[in-house]
Amino acid sequence: MDNLKNEMKLEFLSRSVNEAFARVAVASFASQLDPTIEELADIKTSVSEAVTNSIIHAYDGKDGIIKIHSRLYDNEIEIEVIDTGMGIENVEEARTPLFTTKSNLERSGMGFTIMENFMDELKVESVSGLGTKVYMKKLIKSKE
Amino acid sequence: MKVNHYLEEKILEVFITEEIDHHTSSIMRTRLDYEISRFRPKKVVINLEGVKFMDSAGIGFLIGRYKVAKAFDGILEIENASEKIMKIFEMSGLPKIIKFKENKKEEVS
Repeated sequence: MDNLKNEMKLEFLSRSVNEAFARVAVASFASQLDPTIEELADIKTSVSEAVTNSIIHAYDGKDGIIKIHSRLYDNEIEIEVIDTGMGIENVEEARTPLFTTKSNLERSGMGFTIMENFMDELKVESVSGLGTKVYMKKLIKSKE
Repeated sequence: MKVNHYLEEKILEVFITEEIDHHTSSIMRTRLDYEISRFRPKKVVINLEGVKFMDSAGIGFLIGRYKVAKAFDGILEIENASEKIMKIFEMSGLPKIIKFKENKKEEVS
């Protein structure tokens, strides 16, 4: 593991207006690593997906707390999006492309697929009734 | 979001300038479905040139409007999606259902 360069924690209410706030805040933090526009866009999209999942699924539209914990290393960023919502019963199923339990809300079921494609590592830990932690890592290749 | 009505051709032209996520798409959905149901266009053209950010909410948003347009006997086309946005659409297989028109402007790199 490279040297830790910086670290930050964010905590906010699970309101949909915070989707933009969360992705912009993390992108602003990530910009300290001088990523390319492409890398920054990948991070923004992935954070937006994870936070939206917490808002829609974990808290089902009710108020709850979403935490983001991010660490910067020499050429990588780690991002954790943590909620204490209802959890995911079957993570494998949830990660399947086009799988959604909210088709009535016009959800596409592509959230985890996008995170997997845009980041270099994705781990989803979830306990039914307790919450979910999404861990993502992205290498900042422009720094190699 | 800016909406133009072409009365003779019955075309509804929609310029989206907002970032498209779950929050903004639920607001735009209400307005656009009202416009479509009122105007009953033969064709809805959604221009994405001004969209700086889109996540997977954009997929559901566009499939939803495609269905609404179809319910009123219209078709839906999408114009000027950036390379980044196109990548998200392609992951979902959306271009197999909805017509994407080639970008009018060449991307400047």
